[in-house]
Amino acid sequence: MQYAISIVLSGISLGGQYALIAIGYTLVYGILRLINFAHGDVFMVAGLIMVYLTSFLAGTLPTGAAIFLSLLLMLILTVALGFFIERAAYKPLRSAPRMSVMISAIGVSYLLQNLATYVTGGLPKTYPSLPLLSETITIGGAPTKWVTVITPFLVIALVLALQQLINHTKVGMAMRAVAKDFETSQLMGIKINNVISMTFVIGSALAAVGSMLYFTNYPSIVPLSGALPGLRAFVAAVFGGIGSIPGAVVGAFIVGMSETIIKGSPWSIFSDAFTFALLIIILVVKPTGLFGEKVTDKV
Amino acid sequence: MKKKLSLLLALAMAMSLTACGGDKGSAESNKPTESAPAVSAPASGDKVVRIGVFEPSTGDSGPGGKQEMLGMQYANHETPTVEIGGETYTVELVPADNGSDSAKAPTAAAELVSKDVSLVLGSYGSGVSMAGGPVFDEAGLAAIGVTCTNPGVTAGNDYYFRICFLDPFQGTVLANFAKDKFSAKKAYLLGELGNDYDQGLLTFFEQAFTAAGGSVVKDSFPPNTADFSTYLNKAVAEGCDVVFCPVSIAYSTQIVKLAADMKLALPILGSDTLDSNMVLEAASGSDVKLYVSTFYQEGGAPEFDSGIKAWLASDSTAMTNNGGNDTIAAVTAMGYDAYYTALEALKAAGSTDKAAVKAALPNVTYTGVSGAIAFDATGDAIRDTAYIKMANTADNTWTFEAMQTAK
Amino acid sequence: MLKEKKSKTGVFIALVCVAVLLAVAIILENTLDPTKNTIFFTVLKKTAVYALVACSMNLLNGFTGLFSLGQAGFMLLGAYTYAILTIPVAQRPAVYYIYNGSAINFSLPELFGGGAVGLILGVLAALILAGVVAAAVAWLIGLPVLRLKSDYLAIATLGFAEIIRAIFQWDALGPVTNGANALKNYPTFSSFNIKGADGAVTVRLSIFVAFLLSAVCIAIILLLINSSYGRAFKAIREDEVAAEAMGINLAKHKRLSFCISSFFAGVGGGLFAMFANQAQAKTFTTAMTYEILLIVVIGGIGSISGSCIAAFLYVACSEWWLRFLDNEITLKSGFKVPLLRNGFRMVVFSIVIMIVVLFFRRGIMGDKELPDLFRKRKNTKAKGGEGNG
Repeated sequence: MQYAISIVLSGISLGGQYALIAIGYTLVYGILRLINFAHGDVFMVAGLIMVYLTSFLAGTLPTGAAIFLSLLLMLILTVALGFFIERAAYKPLRSAPRMSVMISAIGVSYLLQNLATYVTGGLPKTYPSLPLLSETITIGGAPTKWVTVITPFLVIALVLALQQLINHTKVGMAMRAVAKDFETSQLMGIKINNVISMTFVIGSALAAVGSMLYFTNYPSIVPLSGALPGLRAFVAAVFGGIGSIPGAVVGAFIVGMSETIIKGSPWSIFSDAFTFALLIIILVVKPTGLFGEKVTDKV
Repeated sequence: MKKKLSLLLALAMAMSLTACGGDKGSAESNKPTESAPAVSAPASGDKVVRIGVFEPSTGDSGPGGKQEMLGMQYANHETPTVEIGGETYTVELVPADNGSDSAKAPTAAAELVSKDVSLVLGSYGSGVSMAGGPVFDEAGLAAIGVTCTNPGVTAGNDYYFRICFLDPFQGTVLANFAKDKFSAKKAYLLGELGNDYDQGLLTFFEQAFTAAGGSVVKDSFPPNTADFSTYLNKAVAEGCDVVFCPVSIAYSTQIVKLAADMKLALPILGSDTLDSNMVLEAASGSDVKLYVSTFYQEGGAPEFDSGIKAWLASDSTAMTNNGGNDTIAAVTAMGYDAYYTALEALKAAGSTDKAAVKAALPNVTYTGVSGAIAFDATGDAIRDTAYIKMANTADNTWTFEAMQTAK
Repeated sequence: MLKEKKSKTGVFIALVCVAVLLAVAIILENTLDPTKNTIFFTVLKKTAVYALVACSMNLLNGFTGLFSLGQAGFMLLGAYTYAILTIPVAQRPAVYYIYNGSAINFSLPELFGGGAVGLILGVLAALILAGVVAAAVAWLIGLPVLRLKSDYLAIATLGFAEIIRAIFQWDALGPVTNGANALKNYPTFSSFNIKGADGAVTVRLSIFVAFLLSAVCIAIILLLINSSYGRAFKAIREDEVAAEAMGINLAKHKRLSFCISSFFAGVGGGLFAMFANQAQAKTFTTAMTYEILLIVVIGGIGSISGSCIAAFLYVACSEWWLRFLDNEITLKSGFKVPLLRNGFRMVVFSIVIMIVVLFFRRGIMGDKELPDLFRKRKNTKAKGGEGNG
């Protein structure tokens, strides 16, 4: 029983963290039709920024203030990074074939990983423990951290806020229009570059929050830390129907749960393989995912 | 026409770079020759002997590789010269990063061969050693494995030697320890999927443990896993008595930290990779019961301990590479011993010629801080004891637990 | 008529180039100091392997327009097939020491009678089988996956590569795949060096063999691209709907391209095993696929000779020329060059790659081939001649 509870808990918290990354994928894909391979690495860099900020600020400020300030700065820096990556690596390729942009994304991911290796010297970095979030509680006999409990609620709150933004603001309307038809919306006077930047800003901000939750739970950061959560979150986005935010969240929870359940079974070595098998099955059976809209190719 | 011109230009550049590449080795290696005597030992002559350091400093074995390299660097700092055939040579360490990747190991090994080193030390991690081994073998260059414990490293390779014990030995030692100390009936084994080091140790542990009447639950996690809670909970749910996780430093810090957070009551057994201050740091202040088997126990050689601590304190880069504090990892002590073993080999050879060094190596003996070193017919160290240490989580040190031999 | 003549000169020039390259390979390896130049030789061998794999990827991504990221998975299949089939029987207990010997107890070179002939035939047969296994698996994977469009296809093939890797690392298959342990002690490029009676190497052929095997495969890819199949592939790349309307069987041609590409990736995997001296599943990661993809991009998507040149530049830069960036250098004046430290090499290297991707989008060669450059010169000369006349 206690074991079952612990599996459910860890599945839900993983799912929530994947959800926050998956939204970034799904937003960008919805608008640019680009798998932003660097997104997982932005998530990793957000973690590293937090590590360096806290150790830098810890000497000058009281602990609580230092943590709070570094969280704030981390959020801003991550958003700036996302914005900068889009401007530097994707914008110049706007008219190029989709493959070139994807390759550029792979290049950025490669660069961020190598940069992280260089800065950290290849040593694993320990994420600072945050007040409250890092403390342990026991639920039904299974010990876990507060972050596990908070994650699903935080995710739901953020998604609701995001839905408000997309459905009821001018920027949101522009984003929907661009996702629907790139060129027409351009003709309608929407400043496409601003909309795209906005997408990256939102995606990176959510990834920053996600990294805070994820690394509080699993506090060791290496340069490749972002690769696997990134890939899994992408699977989740595809699973839920790419372009759909509720789809990404549902998909993320399904991916998170199934991953933990497989890890708990005797087939644990296939936990990764299963995620990909799930992806391939969904792509073949229902390429639009659970909530995706059907797109017909125009000749 | 323009295109062709540019192509020609590119080709010419490539050619000239190639040419430079060839000379670079000698050009670079000359530099320290001129500066070294002025800095370290004015008395020594201009003669230089080069020792290759084949270690990962990036990738998942990066932290371990760096700590191993620290031992060599300290030894080099302590004894920068060697008497070979009546002449004083300055020893120069030539590092090449194999990136913890077997696909890059052959080029890193070839780089060392090209730089004309007399012998090679390393690597941390058996996979890269096995990938680089044939390159050394072909070049007739002897290599001394420092902490690569897989039997495949020296088997079938005349030029690979090693100064540490082997996986079958270590796995058996830990299985015996689990039996003796905890009267364990059931063990939970956890390793990284596809990592030969982890999987080899798990297999040997399982063999020895089941032979003694125990049973095991075996799990492997995919590379880059961060969430180990399901695995540890499974160990508890399955009613296991010990957890055995011989994984690399990056994963073991995660596992130990998690065990500390969830107040895991089961003892955790680890292999030599877990003997790292980063792992110790993760366990700090908790009541995790962490035991590791290792090559060296701090305090075994007080002079070495105090010397290297002073050196670490004076060199901030070295301190960072050691994980930010001055607890001595066993791999560092092994790196230190490896360096002196290499010097012994050079002295015995009486020349810097790699063939002479190789010929002299099998008969080299040396008593280092980690114990006596001598090689058997396959080139493996003759060692029959391992130290078991327990993490003292209150004051962040290792406490000596037992000397264990394989029966 | 004229066109045919042109392509013939192209083939001729290519053949001459390859022959010269092979001759240079033999001469270089036997005249240069083997110790000082080991790094050069090793880079050359890796180049040969990566050039083949990059060409196979180019066939699929550049010529057919199918964006697949499964190359490392097919290389893994090839490497394991080659290794399992060629490890000498006597060595098997030592290699499979955890599993008390191998489940497969024959070795192709020995089946062919051992010695030099057995070695050549056995290695060739094993390499071809490596390709066949990869192609067969590609055919199976292709059934569901090839119906997907661009980036979905990419991510699905990437997923398959990961699944293949997990299966090969599975303990239960250990007696065949050796689980997590590396397969080794099989014939490598160096096995082709001719040794004298005293065991010393008299004629070095390792680079020659690597170049030859790789060149033959690349030549076959080139011939394929210039055949009617190749034209169909290019038509699919340009516009699927138009190609279908012209009577090209999309499913068939896509599958064909996917299987052939995988075949050569499999052979390339076998060659990679020969280069790396060991085959271990954990080497064949997504990162390796990305490396090969970057080679294709740098060389120019849709250019075979570009892929070959880029393979050399990529391998040499990342593992040789830039290596000095990893070590601290203190100049004679005592000035310590800033930034130089471990890992800096890869940072510089990835910045170079980003520059190429962003500003030289067409790569070194664009979609041209080496002979195209010579041909252009001929044309201008011919024109000049006319003017004079």
